[in-house]
Amino acid sequence: MSAVLLDHITKTYEEGKVIAADDVSLQVEAGELFGLIGPDGAGKTSLFRILTTLLLPDKGTAKVLGYDCNKEYREIRARIGYMPGRFSLYQDLTVKENLDFFATLFGSSIRENYDLIKDIYRQIEPFNNRRAGKLSGGMKQKLALCCALIHKPEVLFLDEPTTGVDAVSRKEFWEMLQQLKKQGITIVVSTPYMDEAVLCERIALMQAGKIMAIERPDTIISRFPDTLYAIKAKNIYGLLTELRKRKEIASCYPFGEYIHITLNAPASPEELEQALVRSGQEDVEIKKIRPTIEDSFIQLMNRANTEV
Amino acid sequence: MKQFLVFIRKEFFHVFRDRRTLLIMFGLPLVQIVLFGYALTSEVKNITLTVIDNSRDENSRQLVNKIRSSSYFVVDESSIDYNDVLAAFRKGSAKCALIFPAGFGNDLLHQGKAQIQILTDGSDPNTAKTVVNYISSITTAYQHEISRQRPLKYLIIPEPRMLYNEEGNGSLNFIPGVMALVLMIVCTALTSVSVVREKETGTMEILLVSPFKPLLVLIAKAVPYLILSLLNIIMILLLAVFVLNVTIKGSIILLFLESMLFIITCLSFGLMISNTTNSQQTALLLSMMGLMIPTMIFTGFMFPLENMPKIFQLISNLVPSRWYFLIIKAVMLKGLGFKYIWKETLVLLAMTLILLTIALKKFKTRLS
Repeated sequence: MSAVLLDHITKTYEEGKVIAADDVSLQVEAGELFGLIGPDGAGKTSLFRILTTLLLPDKGTAKVLGYDCNKEYREIRARIGYMPGRFSLYQDLTVKENLDFFATLFGSSIRENYDLIKDIYRQIEPFNNRRAGKLSGGMKQKLALCCALIHKPEVLFLDEPTTGVDAVSRKEFWEMLQQLKKQGITIVVSTPYMDEAVLCERIALMQAGKIMAIERPDTIISRFPDTLYAIKAKNIYGLLTELRKRKEIASCYPFGEYIHITLNAPASPEELEQALVRSGQEDVEIKKIRPTIEDSFIQLMNRANTEV
Repeated sequence: MKQFLVFIRKEFFHVFRDRRTLLIMFGLPLVQIVLFGYALTSEVKNITLTVIDNSRDENSRQLVNKIRSSSYFVVDESSIDYNDVLAAFRKGSAKCALIFPAGFGNDLLHQGKAQIQILTDGSDPNTAKTVVNYISSITTAYQHEISRQRPLKYLIIPEPRMLYNEEGNGSLNFIPGVMALVLMIVCTALTSVSVVREKETGTMEILLVSPFKPLLVLIAKAVPYLILSLLNIIMILLLAVFVLNVTIKGSIILLFLESMLFIITCLSFGLMISNTTNSQQTALLLSMMGLMIPTMIFTGFMFPLENMPKIFQLISNLVPSRWYFLIIKAVMLKGLGFKYIWKETLVLLAMTLILLTIALKKFKTRLS
């Protein structure tokens, strides 16, 4: 039995004008760390709300731990942990009061599941008597995670837990998730950051309500169909406009200090470099690179767009 | 059960950590009581009465002395000329004037009939009417007094009495009114805001995903406000008794139980509002602004309901505070028992049940 199951789920808002989920199907196995990757507005939060029984889908069935999200929502609510995208704890209560409250609400206590949260909780324990509203962003996330975990859920839903959190805290947060996975908790996490995708066991790439691919991150990368080159020159903007005009370029987009390109056959990178130098580009550097998830995402997105 | 208690404790934390809530809860009643009790009374005290005595005889002086000895007037016998009186009114230096014609005493003794003129500032009709009433009754009393000394005078003198409020203490009528008004607004506003706040901050999302029953969320939200409102009633009654000199004639326990019922009515109303709105601002506007005026008008303590058009009288039946006002007046001022107010109590009870049912029906177990 899959821990989480979405079967042809469709969800629209404003009488069908806004499509949040378009015939989405996916499965998450028990004990898996599953990532939902996509930009803002891709429909991630809607899927989370359907799975946490907060929203009803227009079409399709959703199941968590074998229970139907529509009919058996009470069973699900007792067994899951949910951390919404927006910080949703009581800002006027202290760290300890928040944790106590949510522990009791879910029929548990801090002492009972202390082991489960201790790695995370230890970091915020010194601030036990500080009001949650006065915590830093990273500490708020840790507290929210503690509150979502305190009743030892079987499935943990984390909606963009690292958005707005600094790089160090993000890294720590993912390390915590790996720890939790070892305890057998199924984790479904969403993020707009592509670099976090590789930290998941399997990911679903989402764009405009549709799932473009569900695979292990390295499988998605290995399926990248073309050879990818990174190119740069002294005048990077001039280079980009020049590249966009050339027929031998299949795709090009800025990526950090480089521009990532794929070539139409039979063009070769050497020929391209020479052509660019001839057209007046200085210090042209071109190299073959291994694609990242973001490259795969862009490639899948472009393909979806051209198919439409 | 433990969850329920923890939830209530959490609600108390919210209330005590938010100064605004406390201020609305306890500041508003305080201000209202003091305002209505002192500033907005319809009594007229120590008003300056300009006396122009063109007669200057024994009788006119006796009457003026009578007026002076009452606590209502400060007599000003500055010799304004009759012709200047109107100018003084226009300038605002005179609010009311009593004018004796020349030969007042003579007319009274020999013709048995004399006239005095009372001038008041009609742009303030309430004060004007009161002043006329006061002077007339003093005059009647005086007339009665002198006619006793002479035989063969049959005078029918109306002797008005204000039942339940012989001294004409204005706060007597206002206290039940203010209690009704304040409880209605405070309870409704605070409960509606407290539920909507959870929606606004996103905590409702987590509460819904918890195994805690949504119904209990609503009840747990209402309990702290019920307790605080009861404290509020105690405060209002203490103020009424010790500051405004109101005596509570009826049973305090009955008063308390009826107040509790009314508070629950208001809390249900607040919960209903909170389940139909999504922002604290809307909820507050709806419950404070939207309720303030209808409550003030239709409760019946400012404007008598009997004088309103039929349609308004019908509408007033829908306002819970109207019924509570009747109950409190009966118990507190008239000292009546439960058998005189069971009908009003039944109406409140029915309203509570209806409002609570709607509130619970409207409560969403999901986000939309």
